[in-house]
Amino acid sequence: MKKAMNLVMTLGLALAVTACGNNAQTMETTGTTQQEAAAAEDTTAKSEGVMTYAEYNAAELDTEVVVETYIQAKQGWWENEGVGVATFYTQDGDGAYFLYNMPCSQEEYESLSVGTKIRVTGYKSEWAGEVEIIDASFEIEDGTYVAEPVDLSEELSSEDLILHQNIYFTASGLTVEPSIDADGNEVPFLYNWDGSGTQGSDLYFNVSKDGQTYTFTVESYLTGADTDVYKTVESLALGQEISVKGFMYWYEGMNPHIVSVQ
Amino acid sequence: MSFLGKEEKTAKKETAIKETVKIKNGKDRARKKRIGALGVFLLSAAFLLSGCHGSRARKEFEIPESFDTSRQYEITFWAKNDTNKAQTNIYENAIASFEEIYPNIKVNMRLYTDYGKIYNDVITNISTDTAPNVCITYPDHIATYLTGDGVVVALDKLFEDPRYGFGGSELRYDGPQREEMVDAFLEECVIGDAHYAIPYMRSTEACYVNKTYVEALGYELPEVLTWDYVWEVSEAAMAKDAEGNFMLNGQKVMIPFIYKSTDNMMIQMLRQQDAGYSTEEGTIEIFNDTTKEILYTVAEHAGTGAFSTFKISSYPANFLNAGQCIFAVDSTAGATWMGSDAPLSDISEDKFVDFETAVKTVPQFDTEHLQMISQGPSVCIFNKQDPQEVLASWLFAQYLLTNDVQVAYAETEGYVPVTKKAMESAAYVDYLDRIGEDDNAHYEVKILASELLTEHVDDTFVTPVFNGSTSLRDAAGQMIESVTKSVRRKETVDDAYIDALYDKMNSLYRLDQTGQAGQKDFGKMPTASVILLVFLAVAWVALALLWIRDRKKEKH
Repeated sequence: MKKAMNLVMTLGLALAVTACGNNAQTMETTGTTQQEAAAAEDTTAKSEGVMTYAEYNAAELDTEVVVETYIQAKQGWWENEGVGVATFYTQDGDGAYFLYNMPCSQEEYESLSVGTKIRVTGYKSEWAGEVEIIDASFEIEDGTYVAEPVDLSEELSSEDLILHQNIYFTASGLTVEPSIDADGNEVPFLYNWDGSGTQGSDLYFNVSKDGQTYTFTVESYLTGADTDVYKTVESLALGQEISVKGFMYWYEGMNPHIVSVQ
Repeated sequence: MSFLGKEEKTAKKETAIKETVKIKNGKDRARKKRIGALGVFLLSAAFLLSGCHGSRARKEFEIPESFDTSRQYEITFWAKNDTNKAQTNIYENAIASFEEIYPNIKVNMRLYTDYGKIYNDVITNISTDTAPNVCITYPDHIATYLTGDGVVVALDKLFEDPRYGFGGSELRYDGPQREEMVDAFLEECVIGDAHYAIPYMRSTEACYVNKTYVEALGYELPEVLTWDYVWEVSEAAMAKDAEGNFMLNGQKVMIPFIYKSTDNMMIQMLRQQDAGYSTEEGTIEIFNDTTKEILYTVAEHAGTGAFSTFKISSYPANFLNAGQCIFAVDSTAGATWMGSDAPLSDISEDKFVDFETAVKTVPQFDTEHLQMISQGPSVCIFNKQDPQEVLASWLFAQYLLTNDVQVAYAETEGYVPVTKKAMESAAYVDYLDRIGEDDNAHYEVKILASELLTEHVDDTFVTPVFNGSTSLRDAAGQMIESVTKSVRRKETVDDAYIDALYDKMNSLYRLDQTGQAGQKDFGKMPTASVILLVFLAVAWVALALLWIRDRKKEKH
């Protein structure tokens, strides 16, 4: 009997710890099943009362928008004055929607895996050039879509790059260029934009292509210090040729959030 | 109206860029994360707190007879910088110098870039008894830390200690005497009836003005800005041409008045009109008619597009430097981002517009009696089992008040030292005298911002600190944000709207529960914790029953 009780206590602890573990932020991986499902999904078709991407794109700022879109990545869930919120990178077959601080419970956050289709009602807004949906509510719908990255290798310097804002993209043929730390040293990356951070802070690194230099970011709330991309960027060498995948986030100009470096 | 051509502006900026490496090839970098994002860390704080409701009381700190230098101490210092490498270098240098003077004390620094993260981590670590030894913080946050008895060290006895206090005989460095502290700044660290912190740096808010645009609109910039003046000029700047461009800047974007911290905006507007905010004890007074009038005014000008906020639009500095804003209100500690020649910037060089920057106090209602908020980091010390360790912490904290640290850190931004000793030092006086000598260390706007505070120390104020004062501050700002957002969305802002907003703020920020020290509500316990506790309770009951059964068997 005592052994049985010990077993019960151990199982209880394990259960509790497991439940706690679910609270941790995770980046879901792309599943084969989801990709197969996506093949049959019409990712541009919209339900009654829902905007097409073109209609969303044309909508005025500070107006209510209703869209159907698919989760592509998510930043950490957190609680703001008792209200759970999280930020999502989403996309349909025509374009991308950035959902900033969308209210959702922790349980809902866990259920919103990559590919999940949601219907979102919120307000179109712009912050430092980043067009996004804020003050939103959502409901989960049937459907799955995991976007393939759009190759923007030849469009990084294009004025039309903004048309791909928030899109999941890839770029290749990039050369790691030096960043300058506070002591004037050439380094392959910085913790924070000026090197004022420490491990766990956002990473900033420069790459060049066709004579142009760009600064990319590893957003620590999206891909933290324990992720492959974070560790890869920490090990970059000057002059190294790389390709990247990420989301074309905007902050006073392009400020891509990189999720993969090879 | 005549402004520099694009080529001239570009050439002008390139000089600064070479010196500061601030922008590369037209690409800018996010200077800071958005404020909301810091809340990610609330997850971990709330999660850990759930398993550790309440905190243990600790024995009150007693100053040891003497500092035991035969022992080694390792203390942790949680520091905050403004995403500014120069500031982290100063911390590192200060630690290195201190460790040379006190080789038996090792200081481990952990760097933060926002107060919210420090606050959350401290709350988490108090509950697990792993709070840092020394921590940069705000008095509002200390009020919450104090809900655990004996957690934060009351410093009054240490201040007065003849050996280790201010100017103490046993100090191995030249720290300030008590009378060399700026009284007003030290007073801000009083919570209840004791000092629970020492000031580290002080700043206030400034209104950074595009004077060129003001004069182009036909206005003369007054010595002291009034709210009426700022609203009037802002509305005048909204005129557009037939193509929809603003007449003033020829651009599609113009937000004449942008406020970074709307909590400060509301607080100062109320204070300047002698209207209610809260009592010292924590009674909430903010939901009054003056607040309503302020919100109507905000709604009026947000509705025309003449006013916006950081949370809604972005950093005021970005708009100011791009010629898209006339009145940008931000901390004096953000001065290095302001103006045509700003050494730090998030916008690309081709977006800069050349203009003359004036640094003014925040707008006032009464130009004869100026009132502006005092803010800036303070340093608190957490209590530990070992009084010698606490004394080592105090020695380090006090070292941060030495001239070398004070002057060096103040020069990184529009900060002001918190000691008269540093303010009057030759190094600091020389620094101020060299205003405008270059666009980095002696950047004119930065030094003007510092001088704005030193000239108005007696016009500064702080809000009452109590358990819940952080929430009240949040509500103050949120009301301005909500009204601004609503009118942009064409919603009606009337008495009914404001009454509902008051109710919402009261409920959301639990303002009916403020001022009750020691009764912090950490919210509903998570399911995981409930499951664990239920299992433990059931298991213990079962074990007790088994024990009773065994005892009965033994008796039989």
